[in-house]
Amino acid sequence: MTKPTIATCSLAGCFGCHMSLLDIDERIVDLVQLVQFDRSPLTDIKHCSEQGVDIGLIEGALCNAENIHTLREFRRRCRILVAVGTCAISGGVPALRNRIPVEECLNEAYLQGQGIDQPQIPNDVELPLLMDKVYPVHEVVHIDYSLPGCPPPADAFWSLLTALLEGREPSLDYPLRRFD
Amino acid sequence: MHAMNYQRINQILDDHGRNPLRLVQILIGIQAECGGIPASVRDYISKALAVPLAQVHGVVAFYHFLSPEIQGQYRIYVADNIIDRMHGNQEVMATLLQELQAERGKPRADGQVFIDYTSCTGLCDQGPALLINSRALTHVTPDRAKEIAERINAGEPLNNWPSHWFQVEESPRVAGPVLASQFEPGRGLQAALEMGPAQYLKEVERAGLRGRGGAGFRTAIKWRVSRDAPGKTHYVICNADEGEPGTFKDRALLTRDADAMFEGMTLAGLVIGAEKGFLYLRGEYTYLYSQLVATLARRRAEHLLGKNILGREFNFDVEIHLGAGAYVAGEESALIESLEGKCAVPRPRPPFTATHGYLGQPTVCNNVETFVKTALIAQNGADWFLECGTRYSPGSKLLSVSGDVARPGIYEYPFGTSVQTVLEACGARETQAVQIGGPSGTCITPNEFDRAICYEDLSTGGSFMVFNRSRDMLSVVQNFIHFFADESCGFCTPCRVGTQLMRRAIDKIVAGKAGARELKEIEHAAKCTRAMSHCGLGQTATKPFLDTLDRLRPQYEARLSNLDFVPNFDLDQSLSKTRALSQRDDPHAHLPQTGEACDARI
Amino acid sequence: MQESEFSFELDGTDLPFEPGQSIMEAATQAGVYIPHLCHHPDLRRNGSCKLCTVKVNGRFGSACALPAQAGCTVESNTSELQEMRRQIVQMLFVEGNHYCPFCEKSGNCQLQVVAYHVGMVDMHFPPFNTARQLDASHREMLLDRDRCIQCARCVRASQDLDKKNIFGLAGRGMNIRLVVNSDSGLLGDTDFSSADHAAQVCPTGALIRKDQAYPCPIGSRLYDTPISQHTIRQDARHD
Repeated sequence: MTKPTIATCSLAGCFGCHMSLLDIDERIVDLVQLVQFDRSPLTDIKHCSEQGVDIGLIEGALCNAENIHTLREFRRRCRILVAVGTCAISGGVPALRNRIPVEECLNEAYLQGQGIDQPQIPNDVELPLLMDKVYPVHEVVHIDYSLPGCPPPADAFWSLLTALLEGREPSLDYPLRRFD
Repeated sequence: MHAMNYQRINQILDDHGRNPLRLVQILIGIQAECGGIPASVRDYISKALAVPLAQVHGVVAFYHFLSPEIQGQYRIYVADNIIDRMHGNQEVMATLLQELQAERGKPRADGQVFIDYTSCTGLCDQGPALLINSRALTHVTPDRAKEIAERINAGEPLNNWPSHWFQVEESPRVAGPVLASQFEPGRGLQAALEMGPAQYLKEVERAGLRGRGGAGFRTAIKWRVSRDAPGKTHYVICNADEGEPGTFKDRALLTRDADAMFEGMTLAGLVIGAEKGFLYLRGEYTYLYSQLVATLARRRAEHLLGKNILGREFNFDVEIHLGAGAYVAGEESALIESLEGKCAVPRPRPPFTATHGYLGQPTVCNNVETFVKTALIAQNGADWFLECGTRYSPGSKLLSVSGDVARPGIYEYPFGTSVQTVLEACGARETQAVQIGGPSGTCITPNEFDRAICYEDLSTGGSFMVFNRSRDMLSVVQNFIHFFADESCGFCTPCRVGTQLMRRAIDKIVAGKAGARELKEIEHAAKCTRAMSHCGLGQTATKPFLDTLDRLRPQYEARLSNLDFVPNFDLDQSLSKTRALSQRDDPHAHLPQTGEACDARI
Repeated sequence: MQESEFSFELDGTDLPFEPGQSIMEAATQAGVYIPHLCHHPDLRRNGSCKLCTVKVNGRFGSACALPAQAGCTVESNTSELQEMRRQIVQMLFVEGNHYCPFCEKSGNCQLQVVAYHVGMVDMHFPPFNTARQLDASHREMLLDRDRCIQCARCVRASQDLDKKNIFGLAGRGMNIRLVVNSDSGLLGDTDFSSADHAAQVCPTGALIRKDQAYPCPIGSRLYDTPISQHTIRQDARHD
């Protein structure tokens, strides 16, 4: 029997959630016994395998066009998709810019800000365009489960993953349920 | 800039005795006089009345017909109930906007014209209808809209417009015992004074009269509880805030039976020991105000109102308060808040109005139709009243019939009459559904047309909207959901937020962009809003959705998207600003909203 | 039978009450937690958040508004009610702009702890993304309307306890906002003080002291432990 596959992915975030996943310490060894890691910044595999994966963990918010493409491709290839961390769930720290119009953000960063040498808003086609606001992932794709926290505690990852792998409905104990 | 006429504002303040309890009335006066209530005036009023500025701001922001900015000389509200839509109100709006060169919901650049939609104005039998400076115009066609715009553009005062434009017809289609009754002002009062208030109350009780606003509470019990409640002063309120979309029977009664209504209020005063009554007239019916004032004056002259009524030691008088566009004010405790000069936010209950109403005193609050009936019971006796109806719903009910019918208008039928009977009488054909009791009532489909109109089956305040098979019922539901989202007072979480979530969901469903999962989820949220809301508005706001989901589920399912999920916002639009700023238009500068590449799951 | 004369059943347990007490007051006195946000023991009742909705003899009603009645049966901690309460908290989250990771109130926030209590893990609904005005004009206090849940605690405290009447709620429906009673509409132009009762009662980080930042480390904050482990009365009085 083949092992269940897991993929992870990051959008606009700080990788803190991935760090927290690694914080399950020696249980990472148990996890590797249980599952096969597919696409992940940890494996440096850039796309999920064609046949898809069983569980996908996505960190980070949606802040530009590339995030949208990445999220949609990831959703397509994951049977269960888990939104991980405050950024994915509510926009989190990147959403701080939602108070400020995107024109002003670009103006401050590229035109009027201090120490700018050649003021110009970048227009290289390779660069993903920013969206007007930062959005949580559930605005664009269907999300099956959410793992809150900034980052979610390592034990919360363990609790969620073991539940999903054993076919149980995940449920977090109070100390593992946190938004900060 | 408009120079504010503070002399007139002072006059309005003086007319209302600079009484903070009359804040809403004062602001209505200023709105009519100045076309808006800007910050400087709000400050002035706050200081003149010693009312917190936040309360003045709050009231101005709360009521639809009050505005924090100057809207101009012509303020136009086009009725936007689903029936007005079926009559073509959107064409009327488009014509007006075009001919007036105005933008909806914003004062025109010259500050002379404001135009917007408003909810049902109580003229669904004569729509499309609109209000200009609180005066009603009926049967407005796009051609008429052009003529209206011409006169506005020429700056012609409303008084010079053809009077038939403002004609509101009141001719009942089917008259029952109430509409056929010959009411003689004072006769019922005389009879009640002779038999004594206690005996008269027994007559009302024997008649088994129940509240005609729709809730069906027994009138005699309400009156007795209020009479027996301790308090310095007792009050009587007539709820003429007929805001349920599709109903207009109170409009008819206020027009032709105001005498009986005021007599009913006076009788209530006699029973509970009140000397003061209020008629709370919805802002949409402001055009009835002057004739109601005249009726009051005549009744005073005839010693049917005022001091020593009919020569007895009994004083009672009525003051008319106007609403300013707030459906929730139809809820009696919200209505009382408005009477006290505040935002119409329903109070926590208990305590109830009967014991703690206006200014915390025992108060009877009844519907227009109820008061008309208490007057007729005094005149004609309980036996007359009991001649028709059912055991639990004695008497008759006035229905406001509109929609896909040959003969819209007022129909009076005994309680217990079937929906089918009404449909036949009004000439409805190929009927798909009937909305009984307005958006907050019940939506029924043909296999239920044998159901009876009465408290024990289909309870109604009177609204009876008919939809034939050509109508898209989901658009009907969408109109109702938008109505509730606009009318939620914002006090409690489930209604304030829940109605907005419903609005977003129904828009997505109607646009064919919601999936089965989303339909299920919104049903869940709708049930939460229904269970947890503070007042009847939130408790019934999701009913149009839940009723039709129950009865017309295939229509919803036919609209569902097969895609896994369609984003909640326009992805490509979300890039438009940065696309323009970076002067890009390459393929990578765009995002598709749907499509196989985005949505198919492995 | 004197015992049952002033008692009612809450989730299967008999609770005594004093005549005139609300269900909420009787429950709090007995150490039973009913989730709530707008209710505060020192303030007149409001009944707007609806989190304390219970079923009394099978009918929904607010525990903070309904008087305890002898012999009635009250359900509170049921999966049906907890599920609906979770939706109410999610509604509050999508309506405002609540970002716990950069909020100084995190860990001491009643909105957050109620969310934890009812098992909320996501916002579920589409966020409204509404721009709301921030008022930093006051010397000691910050008014961040993004975090305001319209519970009117500060309104009531300022009106009834401080006798200053500094706050009000204005507007209608989803446009309802906390407003300040001054000509400019700014908090800095009022005689509001961080010593006012109104400065102590905000359940979220909407009305917060400027000079404290993060007053205690993670782990020792009020709600780092489940709410049932607090003495309920102390909790109810907490700012």
